[in-house]
Amino acid sequence: MASATHTARLFRDRVARRRAAPAVVRPGPVWALPGLVFFVVFAVVPMAGVIYLSFTSWNGLTSPQFTGAANWSRFFKDGTVWQSTWITAALLVGNMLIQAPISVLLGVWSAGFQRNRAVLSAIFFLPLLFSTAATAVMWRQLLDPNFGVPAKIGHLNVFGGQWSSIAALVLVTSWQYIPFHTLIYQSAARAIPRSLYEAAEIDGAGRVKQFMRITLPQLKNAIVTSTTFMVIGGLTAFDIVLLLTDGGPGTDTSILPFKMYQTAFQTYDFGYGSAIATFLLALATGISLILVKASGYDKMRSTMEGV
Amino acid sequence: MKPRPNYAAGAAATVWLAVIGVPLYALISSAVQTQARYGAGGPLAAPGHFTGANFVTVVESGFLRDIWNTIEVAAATVAIVLILGVPIAYAVVRGQGWITSGVFRVFLLGLAIPAQAVLIPLFYLINRIGLYDTLWRVILPTAAFSLPVSVLVLTGGMRDISREMYEAMALDGARPGRVLKELVIPLSRGAIATAGVFAALQAWNGFLFPLIMTQSGGDKTVTLGLFNFVSAYGANVPALLAAVVLSAVPILVVYLFARRYLVMGLMGAGGK
Repeated sequence: MASATHTARLFRDRVARRRAAPAVVRPGPVWALPGLVFFVVFAVVPMAGVIYLSFTSWNGLTSPQFTGAANWSRFFKDGTVWQSTWITAALLVGNMLIQAPISVLLGVWSAGFQRNRAVLSAIFFLPLLFSTAATAVMWRQLLDPNFGVPAKIGHLNVFGGQWSSIAALVLVTSWQYIPFHTLIYQSAARAIPRSLYEAAEIDGAGRVKQFMRITLPQLKNAIVTSTTFMVIGGLTAFDIVLLLTDGGPGTDTSILPFKMYQTAFQTYDFGYGSAIATFLLALATGISLILVKASGYDKMRSTMEGV
Repeated sequence: MKPRPNYAAGAAATVWLAVIGVPLYALISSAVQTQARYGAGGPLAAPGHFTGANFVTVVESGFLRDIWNTIEVAAATVAIVLILGVPIAYAVVRGQGWITSGVFRVFLLGLAIPAQAVLIPLFYLINRIGLYDTLWRVILPTAAFSLPVSVLVLTGGMRDISREMYEAMALDGARPGRVLKELVIPLSRGAIATAGVFAALQAWNGFLFPLIMTQSGGDKTVTLGLFNFVSAYGANVPALLAAVVLSAVPILVVYLFARRYLVMGLMGAGGK
């Protein structure tokens, strides 16, 4: 009761104050509530749920049965999980080595306002009109050993070996996503103050030196953003693997999300699939936290110092 | 100052034009060839004997229904994301106290949750809710996973509204609801458009949720339709490629008429 009268008094005071001088009325947290509840139910609760399910046995039909650490002791002895982890890492590294340099160069190039650059940039954008699924389906046909380009230039089966399959995945991923990363670098490069280059011109710095000493350091934030997208995208690249190589030959391109999908939704071992998914979750959040911390992206930062 | 022409960059750009252009040429020219010609000439053959038959095959197989389903999924996703996201962003930008900053932190952390990792519990959850044979099975998770980036874009746009504007509204005695309707929404239209395009693209390109959640053939989205096409029409490559071309047409329309918002929506970046 005491607190109720206290609240009432506070309320009265607030009303009185508002009459005295019109204060800015701020929205309460309740405005965020519906969206927060929705997000918690469909994203945060499942995050806890996947950890719980990793301690159960579940076939997708009956109720999950608690089985303790059974999935996890199997997980740590499972060589195929480590194989999947290495393939995921190899794919990630391959994608970054190909995509990062090309994207930086294309982005800086397309930041120029010359007419030919604008026209070509519009063409370079085109792969982004396709979904990942559509891109993968298209490339699967173009690289098909029987009907595609390899059939016409000698009987080369791209999808027959592990390394050539990984190379094909890198090629297709790069084809689709380099335009995206190029956009990031293009807008970042356009934001670099002209005065820096003018000063460098006066000092007689050449094109390469300007790129190394001005452009690259000024693109630091864009590099962090783009790298984060690449790493997270690489860890979760699922559609491209399913549609291009189907994890094959054998299990040679079975990256972690693909292995999780197969375990859970094709062999109906949802408990063990959850253990793999939990590992994937830890990996993805861990790496993105490290990236954010290492780059100081979470702190106030500025590349405008000294301008 | 006129920049000196950069010949090395020009040469490299020409090489890249081939990397982008040749597969697109192969895609489109193969999609308008007969199956026999494609079998003989392969994807890079010179064009000739144009035929629209592949597109007829694709349409007759029910691909337009898949496109329509995807449009429904995209529309519902955009509606949910904006109806929930705009008030969240408003509360985060204009609200005070640890609760609203905590809300923002939840969405920042949410950026790092990969959909793959929570797929199994989501499957469990959606089955328990019991939305059998409806598109809601795809819409709800797609909207939830589009929210963090959309909230980020919307808060970015709303932070640019000046304090004086809010004070002027306060002098009128406006309550938060009116401030949102008459000040915040009109002045953050760019961010709202960007967030909307981003959510629509998530729905359009989404493959994982349709793959897991869809139960009957009538609820397929475009990406899932393409996936099923591979097994159903595997040998009819020109028809398959015609379906790939058709699947990109709606995005092409957005590209032609709202290029700026498409680019920003793709990047999920600020509405400025």
